Amino acid sequence: MEVTIRQPGVLSTIQDLGRPGRRQLGITPGGAMDALSLRLANVLVGNPESSAAVEMTLRGASLHFDHDALAAICGGEFTVSLDGVGHSTQRPFRIGRDSTLSVGAARRGCRAYLAVAGGFEIGSILGGRGTDLRAGIGGVQGRALLADDILHARNIDVPPIPSGWFLADDWLPDLSGRVMLRSLRGEHMDEFDKSIFDHAFQVSAQSDRMGLRLRGEPFQRTRGAELLSTAVMTGTVQVPPDGHPIILAADCQTIGGYPRIAHIVTADLPTLGQLRPGDTVRFVEVDLETARAALAEQALNLRKLRIGLAGRLPWVRTDACSAWT
Amino acid sequence: MRFMRWIPLGDSAVLIPVKDAPAAGELARRIEDAHPDGFLECVPAFDSVAICFDPLRVTAVALIAGLAAGGIRNAPRKSSSGANREIEIPVCYDPAFGPDLADVASTSGLDAERVIQLHVTGRYFVGAIGFMPGFPYLSGLDARLHTPRRATPRTQIPAGAVGIGGAQTGIYPLASPGGWNLIGRTPISLFQPDNENEPTLLRPGDRVRFRAITPHEFHEWK
Repeated sequence: MEVTIRQPGVLSTIQDLGRPGRRQLGITPGGAMDALSLRLANVLVGNPESSAAVEMTLRGASLHFDHDALAAICGGEFTVSLDGVGHSTQRPFRIGRDSTLSVGAARRGCRAYLAVAGGFEIGSILGGRGTDLRAGIGGVQGRALLADDILHARNIDVPPIPSGWFLADDWLPDLSGRVMLRSLRGEHMDEFDKSIFDHAFQVSAQSDRMGLRLRGEPFQRTRGAELLSTAVMTGTVQVPPDGHPIILAADCQTIGGYPRIAHIVTADLPTLGQLRPGDTVRFVEVDLETARAALAEQALNLRKLRIGLAGRLPWVRTDACSAWT
Repeated sequence: MRFMRWIPLGDSAVLIPVKDAPAAGELARRIEDAHPDGFLECVPAFDSVAICFDPLRVTAVALIAGLAAGGIRNAPRKSSSGANREIEIPVCYDPAFGPDLADVASTSGLDAERVIQLHVTGRYFVGAIGFMPGFPYLSGLDARLHTPRRATPRTQIPAGAVGIGGAQTGIYPLASPGGWNLIGRTPISLFQPDNENEPTLLRPGDRVRFRAITPHEFHEWK
């Protein structure tokens, strides 16, 4: 099957669960900004959770399908139409041959993931299929999708799909645009003039897959020495000299030298991927055990979902789970 | 049993402070060899090693305890620096390839020839790789060549550009924006993503020296 990009949207890239294990070479793990929604889209079409999908940002792509397909769009709530007929997301649906799927503007959230049964056929490079825009690798020629790009997927016979349902918000990251991010203390938290837990921040327009810049009352570092760069992680909250925190995101640099004021827990990283400029962020302090429990709960929920769905959707796999970090 | 001093780096990594970059490289190698349950990868840097782990398989405390039980602590043992690779990197220092050579010279009070000579005779150590795939932060730069980063970063620096940023020298593996002072350019590739086993020319802990080449040699380089 060929899926031809008619219009690429604002920023559409191929993503998966990332490119692990090469941080010490400066190679960012990358992968989906909202990995939970990518997993959900893959689950709904019977793929392994780590299959490559199209990540769309704020305004989605138009894609032409030359063959029947079983597809799902999960994550942010986007306006979707199939050959001009409106369509809901967060559920599997059939795309008939010679149809055009148009993903429009995001009504809630920032990113949506389009998965097709069988997965898009994208070569793996350095252990991942996702697009690393800065390194220029992965996805389609290491870049964002452009009009006339052709994605390939295996032809399948689409089974009947029960309609009239979709995944409730409980399964998804927080799409409200006013979010609480559970966070662990950063090493340098006490060196600032105030606590990051007492304040609300706005997501700045200068945010991308590398990091989300926050606006609010600036932080001042009142003590502490100049730092040598150390490893940083997705979810690390750094404060550069201008005092405005940056939350490092999927494509962040592997090392950094700014003070680390906090770290978002892994379970809340999908929510980070759904933030858009102007959204409001608050940080809530949790401890390591709470962070671990939250991640375990998320993994368990997804497992329950797969088992629950398998009764109604015979193609859903109850076995294949992909590692969570 | 003595545990390593460790600092949480979020819920899926811990940071181990160490004395210096060689100690970081040594500790990272030992942890990689031990490969405890739930371990994912190490990220050595100038005075630290991060250990990334799967929090659903191991807790930070159990990971550190397991390493301590295996005799791994942050106190450096005898250095094994003799085993480190040394890599020679050809660099063309012609002003056409090093647009900031004159600025580095004037900051240092030396002439351009002397700047090149000091850079070529230096012996360098890869303290960390970061910023972009394969970008080496090299320590060992002659103190006379220490030059502050440029006030206004360039929007586009070509792949292979050799620069000085403060007390360090480094090489841009890919075209990118950047604020380091550019003194030359290498024709060799520092990032080869198609090479699954060795995607970057350099690794943390490598030793590096530079060799001056002519513009002709640069252009003829295969």
